[in-house]
Amino acid sequence: MDLQNISSMALYIAFILYLIATFFFGATIRDKRKKHKKGIAGKIGITITVIGFLAQLVYFITRWIASGHAPVSNMFEFLTFLGMSLVLGFIIIYAYYKLSFLGLFALPIAMIIIAYGSMFSKELAPLVPSLQSHWLYIHVTTVGLGQGILGISFVVGLMYLIKEVDQSVKSKSRVWLESILYLLFVFIGFVVITTTFNISNYNVTFEHSTDSQIYTTEYHLPAIAAPNEGMLLTEGVMEPWFETPAWFQGSDSGRKFNTVIWSVITGSIIYLITRLIIRKRVGAAIQPLLKNIKSDLLDEIEYRSVAIGFPVFTLGGLIFASIWAEAAWGRFWGWDPKEVWALVTWFFYAAYLHLRLSRGWHGKKSAWLAVIGFGIIMFNLIVVNLVIAGLHSYA
Amino acid sequence: MMSKVKCECGHVNPFGTVLCESCGKPVAGNQHIDGNEGKKLLNMRYEGTARRSQTYTKSFVDRIWSFFSSVKVGVWLIILALIASMLGTIFPQQMYIPPDAPNRNPAVFYEEQYGILGLIFYQLGFHNLYSSWWYMILIALIGVSLVICSLDRFVPLFKALRNQKPKKHKSFLSRQRLYSETEKVTDSEVESVKNKLRQRCYKIAEENGHILAEKGRFSRWGPYVNHIGLIIILLAAILRFTPIFYMDEYVWVREGETTVLPGTDGEYYIKNKDFILETYDENDESDERFKEALEQVGTVVSNYQSDVIIYKAARPIPGAEPKLEPIAEESIQMNQPLEFEGYKLFQSGYQLNEFSSMTFKIYKTNDSKEEELGAFTVDLMEPESEFILDNGFRIVLDKYYPDYYLDDNGVPASETNFPRNPAFVLLVYPPESDTAEVSFLGIGKNIDPTEENEYKLGIIDFEMHDVSGLAFRYDRSLPFFGLGAAIFMVGVIQGMYWQHRRIWINRTKDGGLLMAAHTNKNWFGIKKDIETVLENTDIKMVVDQQELDEKEKH
Ligand code: HEM
Repeated sequence: MDLQNISSMALYIAFILYLIATFFFGATIRDKRKKHKKGIAGKIGITITVIGFLAQLVYFITRWIASGHAPVSNMFEFLTFLGMSLVLGFIIIYAYYKLSFLGLFALPIAMIIIAYGSMFSKELAPLVPSLQSHWLYIHVTTVGLGQGILGISFVVGLMYLIKEVDQSVKSKSRVWLESILYLLFVFIGFVVITTTFNISNYNVTFEHSTDSQIYTTEYHLPAIAAPNEGMLLTEGVMEPWFETPAWFQGSDSGRKFNTVIWSVITGSIIYLITRLIIRKRVGAAIQPLLKNIKSDLLDEIEYRSVAIGFPVFTLGGLIFASIWAEAAWGRFWGWDPKEVWALVTWFFYAAYLHLRLSRGWHGKKSAWLAVIGFGIIMFNLIVVNLVIAGLHSYA
Repeated sequence: MMSKVKCECGHVNPFGTVLCESCGKPVAGNQHIDGNEGKKLLNMRYEGTARRSQTYTKSFVDRIWSFFSSVKVGVWLIILALIASMLGTIFPQQMYIPPDAPNRNPAVFYEEQYGILGLIFYQLGFHNLYSSWWYMILIALIGVSLVICSLDRFVPLFKALRNQKPKKHKSFLSRQRLYSETEKVTDSEVESVKNKLRQRCYKIAEENGHILAEKGRFSRWGPYVNHIGLIIILLAAILRFTPIFYMDEYVWVREGETTVLPGTDGEYYIKNKDFILETYDENDESDERFKEALEQVGTVVSNYQSDVIIYKAARPIPGAEPKLEPIAEESIQMNQPLEFEGYKLFQSGYQLNEFSSMTFKIYKTNDSKEEELGAFTVDLMEPESEFILDNGFRIVLDKYYPDYYLDDNGVPASETNFPRNPAFVLLVYPPESDTAEVSFLGIGKNIDPTEENEYKLGIIDFEMHDVSGLAFRYDRSLPFFGLGAAIFMVGVIQGMYWQHRRIWINRTKDGGLLMAAHTNKNWFGIKKDIETVLENTDIKMVVDQQELDEKEKH
């Protein structure tokens, strides 16, 4: 078995271990009911999590050796690293607060991120000249770590909202909360549908022109949206229903748009099935699990993870990023979309910290901010990378 | 004027004080300032000190000061800057209009590419958003707010924390978030608590049996330190606008060419020995691991490199040809700029395969063997206008298009001044003749407009070179940015990774004990501390009154 296989295997094992650990953290609900103060299930859960984290570390190191550069240079590598940082953030917070319940939420989110990343191209890719710098590793790993810790504040903020938003009366917060949970289903939908068609090796080819250049684009999902003015070359497959509008930028915008449509459809189906089974809102179904947790504690963990993550993010996303940009391009700041969005993220969390200084911005409001903050991070990662391509464009 | 306020404990407080500096008793009539009215808990953020912004609000200067020192205003400014920054990424900024766009003129580009939204984007000036006056003013206002709010709070806070007394008024203690009262407490219990606090690195101050245990006070200065770092960064950004601190030039150098470096008054020259472009090769052993990726995306560049020599020009006599002393000879790569005497050269562009020279021969139009009657070479960078061959032919270079194309009217023109696609109109004067034959030559083109030419020209040889594009800069503001960033990091870490914790233990006259605690963050941590120090005593654990508050609300 060569290094690359060991590496993939280790990632796979890590994923499975996170899954098993999640079940153990789930079992702590029963522990709580029986008034066992120090639940055994939680201890097993955290042990498995740590082993899973180590397995992922093996993935990371072996892949580094195999490719000769730190595996943080494309979408797959960065997202798996982000998932790993989220787990690390969880382990750190757990070590301090011993809140087993956090695992029940943090690990699934980490798993969704890793699974989402695994849908992107996984080949070892060579580095273009601008990325050949040690500052790349330092910059990207620090950013990932910071975002992982900030991700914990999202997880905890979400837990807070699930616990505190009143499910019995109609309200805007109830709708928004359910929308966020629905969005998680869309990510799961993306993973499910991509995997399904990957296994069956589905493939259709389009030819289309953008800016007077001819491109061919391969779709791995049946085409609902064809590329703008695209022509289907493959025969005997589903005809596209409509064309991607022309104002979508980039030569493979059609394929991306098509993938989004499929993710929404699949996610919605899974969501609806879930609703049919549990017969209430997903938020309402989870709410009782959180009954025994103090809201105050959640509020504090959420704030603390921003407090811990903010300096790390600043260091990686702004300072190390500038040092690298100075070395590569001779300008430490260039207002590239990716840089601007790092600044937006930073402004946002600065605003969060200042709002926390005043009364009235704790609790629900602050939890919403934590959720939005991570939304900005994911936006930078997904939309800015895939749609507003700049210098940093990965995929 | 404004009178000072004397507390019942005897301490005289400055006007505007919310909590007595000495005993902490709320000062009547000032409670609205920190929003304590009708609240169980006291606002401890600024220790109830008198701040200028809250105290003096009459004159114009007072109002400006209060405005900018408000955190609410600060947050608004940050949010506005955040939204403005986002808007600038909707479409590319002008500098990121792709080089191969059909029309790079912003007045055309945005509307053509993005329709009406693009037009609006352009007309609002968003295509240069980050250098617009209003964006800069927004950032400057954040700076002003930063300075004023820090000054407003730092001095009073510093004084308050230096002059703390262990003995506090009961109304101060009971309105802290963590509080407990115990009826009977022995001296040995208090002694054990004190020792345990010391073990946990608390500093103990004692006064008549009353105790103040404190740790991590320095973390309170974190925000002020980080704000100073931010101010230094903003000042550095202003410095960078001046030519003393920042120069940004660009130079194109052909292989083999020596040229002056712009912006140095002819002091430095650069010679480009060689430009190298390398790609990953899937058949190469060390790149084999990338095989699959390379098959998917095609060619990937692995290196851009210019091998250059830098010369310093010595001019013994002003105006004389400079004498060039080599001072550096190096390879410039991406991520590896060349540094010399305060300047930096960065690999940042290239042009492959420009023509340096072309050699033509003359032959008879009807000679199927195309036997050479004579040959001449045109230097494409500095073409001569006339060539006289040994056998009497005279050739005049009538027109030269370095980068030939047919413009919209079908007229030949040159797209750039670089010999990327050279084309020529040549006049051939046969020996002893005054009438010229006209020929048009280019790459893959050999046109005889009259179709009556007796002699024909043909390209028999050419030489090519690459061109390196190098960004040539100095940025003397970098140390200031570095300093600001370092101070910022020290400040945030100081403020975020440590917390200020205080525990007050006051004895009552009848042998009882009041205990209260406050921290600026990490309540979980301070509660754990207190739990540990109270072990094996009968002193009551503090109650978290904020939790109770919330329960009551429900
Ligand atoms: C982007 C700019 C800014 C950044 C990155 C920043 C950063 C910070 C940070 C990290 C803290 C510590 C917060 C905590 O401990 O939870 C802080 C505190 C504070 N900031 Fe800022 N700040 C910025 C702008 C401003 C502005 C414009 C104001 C003006 C109103 C301001 C006023 C304050 C105040 C009053 C504190 C609390 C000080 C204390 O607790 O003693 N900040 N700032």
